[in-house]
Amino acid sequence: MNIVVCVKYVPDAQADRTFHASDHTTDRVNVDGILSELDEYAVEQALQLVEASEGEVTVLTVGPDAASEAIKKSLQMGADKGVHVSDEAIHGSDAMATSLVLAQAITKIGMPDLVITGMASTDGTMGVVPTLLAERLGVPAVTFASELTVEGGTVTMRRDGDAASQTVQATMPALVSVTDQINDPRYPSFKGIMAAKKKPVETWSLADLGLDAGSVGLDAAWSKVEAVAARPPRAAGTIVKDEGDGGAKLAGFLAERKFV
Amino acid sequence: MAEVLVLVDHVEGQLRKTTGELLTIARRLGAPSAVFIGSGFDAAKEGLAAYGAEKVYRYDGDLSGYLVAPQAELLAQLVERVQPAALLVPSSAEGKEIAARVALKTSSGLITDAVDVQPADGGGVTTTQTAFASSYTVTATVTKGVPVVTVKPNSAAAEQVSGAAAEEAVDFTPSEAATRARITAAKPKEKTGRPELTEAAIVVSGGRGTGGDFSKVEAFADSLGAAVGASRAAVDAGWYPHTSQVGQTGKQVSPQLYVACGISGAIQHRAGMQTSKTIVAVNKDEEAPIFELADFGVVGDLFAVLPQATEQVNARK
Repeated sequence: MNIVVCVKYVPDAQADRTFHASDHTTDRVNVDGILSELDEYAVEQALQLVEASEGEVTVLTVGPDAASEAIKKSLQMGADKGVHVSDEAIHGSDAMATSLVLAQAITKIGMPDLVITGMASTDGTMGVVPTLLAERLGVPAVTFASELTVEGGTVTMRRDGDAASQTVQATMPALVSVTDQINDPRYPSFKGIMAAKKKPVETWSLADLGLDAGSVGLDAAWSKVEAVAARPPRAAGTIVKDEGDGGAKLAGFLAERKFV
Repeated sequence: MAEVLVLVDHVEGQLRKTTGELLTIARRLGAPSAVFIGSGFDAAKEGLAAYGAEKVYRYDGDLSGYLVAPQAELLAQLVERVQPAALLVPSSAEGKEIAARVALKTSSGLITDAVDVQPADGGGVTTTQTAFASSYTVTATVTKGVPVVTVKPNSAAAEQVSGAAAEEAVDFTPSEAATRARITAAKPKEKTGRPELTEAAIVVSGGRGTGGDFSKVEAFADSLGAAVGASRAAVDAGWYPHTSQVGQTGKQVSPQLYVACGISGAIQHRAGMQTSKTIVAVNKDEEAPIFELADFGVVGDLFAVLPQATEQVNARK
């Protein structure tokens, strides 16, 4: 079974994430970046599936030069090869354009049995690229999987919704997005780190994908950020130490604010 | 006045709270038209009229055996035909997927997780979202096609205004491609009798400090009529279901009151609750970052503080 895992290089949530003042895009240069934590679950799932059968895992990312770090980490975990789509024209792309570039890249790689993604990125957090990618590739999308099995040509997953826990099936090829409930991603081993250095990584431009620069990027986006503003810090509150009356004081605060 | 389509969120015709909120927002932008998909329309009709739906597009067919693709197809066909001023969809995981597909199919701009939607100068809409764990506020507009916007619960106070709710049946057959992801079984979740987490006016959450015992958190929540949430640490430990998780990888909530019990307040958690109107924290560790956000905090053991607070709240009722 061949699998393509889509991963994203994102600003570390532990750092002070910010926007470029000039065009309101996410600052991916001055803030330390990492492989999006939620994508580690996708890489892990792909590795487990391939280890249980055969085939290879290709990890795909779209992003600036530094995004190669996300590929490197995935290769260290055990993925077989990497594809990095990098082109200045991609800067500022919205989810629509990102899904277009990913779809073209997957078509060039060759449609695998499964495309696996995380449930959302930790920077944009829209959670729509997986479903858009499936729509563009014309394959069924089974999203938000918290458990996944593959048998014959069928993928089966558990999706935990608010009203019910559902079992969902689709025939492969298919796209699957996984939640952080599905597995415990492995840490790269020393052996994995060494082996990753020899694994092939291809870098493609938009021209390599047959895409016009005008079809992606900030100017081609179908929505526009007009302004960004840091949220004012919350005013300091009242903190009391419990000396046997903490619960009463809490109830008093709630009554004063008319919650009781 | 142009129509504004609102996808109705319901369970067998029982309207979810967001439907009234979205119809209220729709009225700012044009004439609200509800889109009702599934069974139970008769139960829903009165509620849709009461929140000002002038028109109701109704599809009684059963799409419940599939994930989002058929609903997106139906809505895209409707958007192409009606050419509304906007399409508003509830901002759930499914809602965002539906909206994204409709936007792609109709070459329209997509905005997700809006907390406010207003008419823009010179047409279109201006939306407000938060970014980076709610540390930024972002305003945006749609520059192409019909604005497709998913709106978070509690983004507007639902207003009752009588609407005509004129019915129009929608003629729709899902394509073969849209029906290839099939729901083969569904196990309904146990009902807790508590409000839905994302819709609740008050949320009480427990974290690592509960040590796995949520009884005091639940009792306090019940005294306030609140929903119960959990931090990622509590969910990862298997103490509470993932569907109750508040945070970056769980639900983002914005209630009137949020009470964090035994939760340190890591960025992962703050991302899910930072926009709450009033924040209260109970934690043994006075250095816990959650106190930086709190309007009121108690440094103490939740197993002592919460039962006393519960008793007092119940006594004040």
